[in-house]
Amino acid sequence: MFLDSDLLMSVLRALTPILLAALGGALCERAGVFNIGLEGLMLVGCFTAVSTSWFTGSPWLGVLAAALASAAYSLILAVGAVTLRGDAVVLGVAMNLLAAGLTSFLLRTVFGVQGTFDDPSLAGLPVVGGFTPLTYLSWAAVVVAAVLLSRHVWGLRLRGVGESPDAAATLGVNPARHKYAAVLLSGVLCGLAGAQLALGNVTLFSENMTAGRGWIAVVAVMLGRAVPLGVLLAALLFGVAEAVGFRLQGLGLPQQATDAAPYVVTLGALFITTARRRGRTPRASRGPRTPGTPRSTGSTRSTDPSGVAS
Amino acid sequence: MTPQPSDRPAGAVQAPAVELLGITKRFPGTLANDAVDLTVRHGEIHALMGENGAGKSTLMSVLYGMTRPDAGSVRIDGRDVSFGDPGDAMAAGLGMVHQSFKLFDSLTVAENVVYAAEPRRFGFVDRAAARGRVRELADTHGLTVDPDARVGGLPVGLRQRVEILKLLHRGARTLILDEPTAVLTPAEADALFAVLRSLAAQGRTVILVTHKLREVLEVSDNVTVLRDGRVAARLRTATTTADEIAAAMTGRAVELDRVHAPGARGDVVLDVTGLNAGDAVRDVDLTVRAGEIVGVAGVAGNGQSELVEALAGLRPVTAGRVTLSGRDVTHASAAGRRAAGLAYVPEDRHAVGTAPAASVADNLAMGHHRTALSSRRGLLPPAAVRTHAGRLVERFGIKAATPDLPAATLSGGNLQKLLIGRELAHDAPLLLVEQPTRGVDIGAIQNIHDQIIAYRDAGHAVLLVSAELSEIRGLSDRVLVMYEGRVTAEYPKDELDERTLGLAMAGGTARRPGAGQDGDED
Repeated sequence: MFLDSDLLMSVLRALTPILLAALGGALCERAGVFNIGLEGLMLVGCFTAVSTSWFTGSPWLGVLAAALASAAYSLILAVGAVTLRGDAVVLGVAMNLLAAGLTSFLLRTVFGVQGTFDDPSLAGLPVVGGFTPLTYLSWAAVVVAAVLLSRHVWGLRLRGVGESPDAAATLGVNPARHKYAAVLLSGVLCGLAGAQLALGNVTLFSENMTAGRGWIAVVAVMLGRAVPLGVLLAALLFGVAEAVGFRLQGLGLPQQATDAAPYVVTLGALFITTARRRGRTPRASRGPRTPGTPRSTGSTRSTDPSGVAS
Repeated sequence: MTPQPSDRPAGAVQAPAVELLGITKRFPGTLANDAVDLTVRHGEIHALMGENGAGKSTLMSVLYGMTRPDAGSVRIDGRDVSFGDPGDAMAAGLGMVHQSFKLFDSLTVAENVVYAAEPRRFGFVDRAAARGRVRELADTHGLTVDPDARVGGLPVGLRQRVEILKLLHRGARTLILDEPTAVLTPAEADALFAVLRSLAAQGRTVILVTHKLREVLEVSDNVTVLRDGRVAARLRTATTTADEIAAAMTGRAVELDRVHAPGARGDVVLDVTGLNAGDAVRDVDLTVRAGEIVGVAGVAGNGQSELVEALAGLRPVTAGRVTLSGRDVTHASAAGRRAAGLAYVPEDRHAVGTAPAASVADNLAMGHHRTALSSRRGLLPPAAVRTHAGRLVERFGIKAATPDLPAATLSGGNLQKLLIGRELAHDAPLLLVEQPTRGVDIGAIQNIHDQIIAYRDAGHAVLLVSAELSEIRGLSDRVLVMYEGRVTAEYPKDELDERTLGLAMAGGTARRPGAGQDGDED
């Protein structure tokens, strides 16, 4: 059988890291910080989880350390993009490159190996009912994030900050604090995603083992419109692609072709969503205007450099 | 020292709602406020007037805790206060509706109103309570709006209501409105005035920051006029006139509502038949003759901008035909149209009309690089650019320290003079001009209007698109009204009045010449 419960299980396993990272990305997106550094954050989580589990013998300490390490690593984005007002895309790309280099370097210095660290005595996460506890946690996280964003006071304020920091600030809400919270939470979630990948899906660390899952999570955020449920569906799509690709390998297709499956799906999804969005708003800069809205409110102001015209 | 109306019993003297005493604020190079006093009594609608740069915004940002004054004090209800930020001002019962609304488009009306002051249940937003609160406030003040509507989909008049509801929800007793009617239709403005009167009748205080005379005369009780950072006049609305206020604002007599003599009409320069541009412009027919100014009126967002873009070559024409001086330019590029005789002053002078980071001289050269300034091998000789700039700066009275400074350093009025001067200098048969005086002060408005009239008198055709009815009426020889993408009415100059025009802009009448010339007014 091609479609069976085994496939479903492997879909859900493949889904978990992408889903956790994408939820983090969605929180950032709602707070108005474009987090393209999910890949790097996950990779830091993978390495920290494996090394902590190895040295302490406890995969749970590994999970905890991964969450903390990735949260700390996410400060690069928080400080750079929020406090210093740098470009989030540049920062995110830098974080991804740095994470790849840093973990490879540490792999050599800490474990003295290159490529992959793999040891039978490395403790992975326990499996309950076919999944690690982190998988169940990821499902709960979808619900929590959805309720938090749509119903909770904090979620309302976060959405407001993401949409118009200016308007939020005039109402006494501190945009920077909310953005920091969102970025740090995304760090925690990516740390969990990394731990799941390195101590759940497999039990090893290899260089660049995230292999684009963080990027796929970024696409899932866009595809799911940064709504937790939408992100879940988008991540599910990629989970299916990855699991089916893996299954096709078993049927004798070349690995290079099947490995490409998630990325092909990503490209397709991007094409479809951008085409759909393009159809709705002909030109981003000229979106649909309500009657009476001037095209640019800024144009009515003089450009007094002191910013206090009239 | 507070002027109280003499008819009040002495025992019941109430401290003014807002008192600003001797406010002085200096910015590098300018004295924005110079010992300004402002007294606003409880329950009054007080207009604060002045041209751009007169110090209104500085004064209000001092009052609202956004700017610290160098000297002077602020009193609310007779008590000295010192606001560190707008939060302090809000806590003291002040609330401001900014000119550019501070709303969250993707959130609902209720969410916008309660944002950061949410009714809660166990940390969650109590949505039923929020909705109820909006309904209650709306009913009390005649601010009807659906609490569940997404703010992004609301027309401007309703968005403004949401802003006011936001302040009322936070218990604001004094409301400051910054240029509230800048984007409203006459009908929406009237509705706003009714709300303001009802708020004042219930004892709330309103400070109306504006440079529009009509609304001041119509709705305010008292007027304070600022000029060059000082109080130029304190007037009671009941006993003042528009001319008196305008004179106080500018420091000289101003001819308001000048009516220009019609020009001598020549041949058709612009001929548009059945023009469509997507959904925004539908079946538009129009002609503009040499020596004629045709005004296009309409509430913003009814296709005027898109019509202009289609004519300027910035938006594809999906059907119809456009000829310019007899040449078919329906599908010509922007450059092709300019070559055929088009000059264009776009609405957005910062993003489209000029390059703010480039120098004044370079901005003046743009467009002229093809013709007047072109030199061998495509190089622009700097000397020619400079001479050209000097000529235009002189001719159009552009106040620039030197033409080498970035255009962004110019004031709004001067930047507009630069843009209009550059385009007029083309001497093109057709001038397409969009919102020529938006955000420009009265002195510069006169200058710009005179330039447009002079251009017409030189035998050129002008198509003017403006949201300012007084501008349309003052300049146009003929007026078209656009509504939902169509030209729905046309009036010759001598049949114009603001009421019928306002009605047509709101979609109230459909009138074209020939379609019932006589007896069709209702």
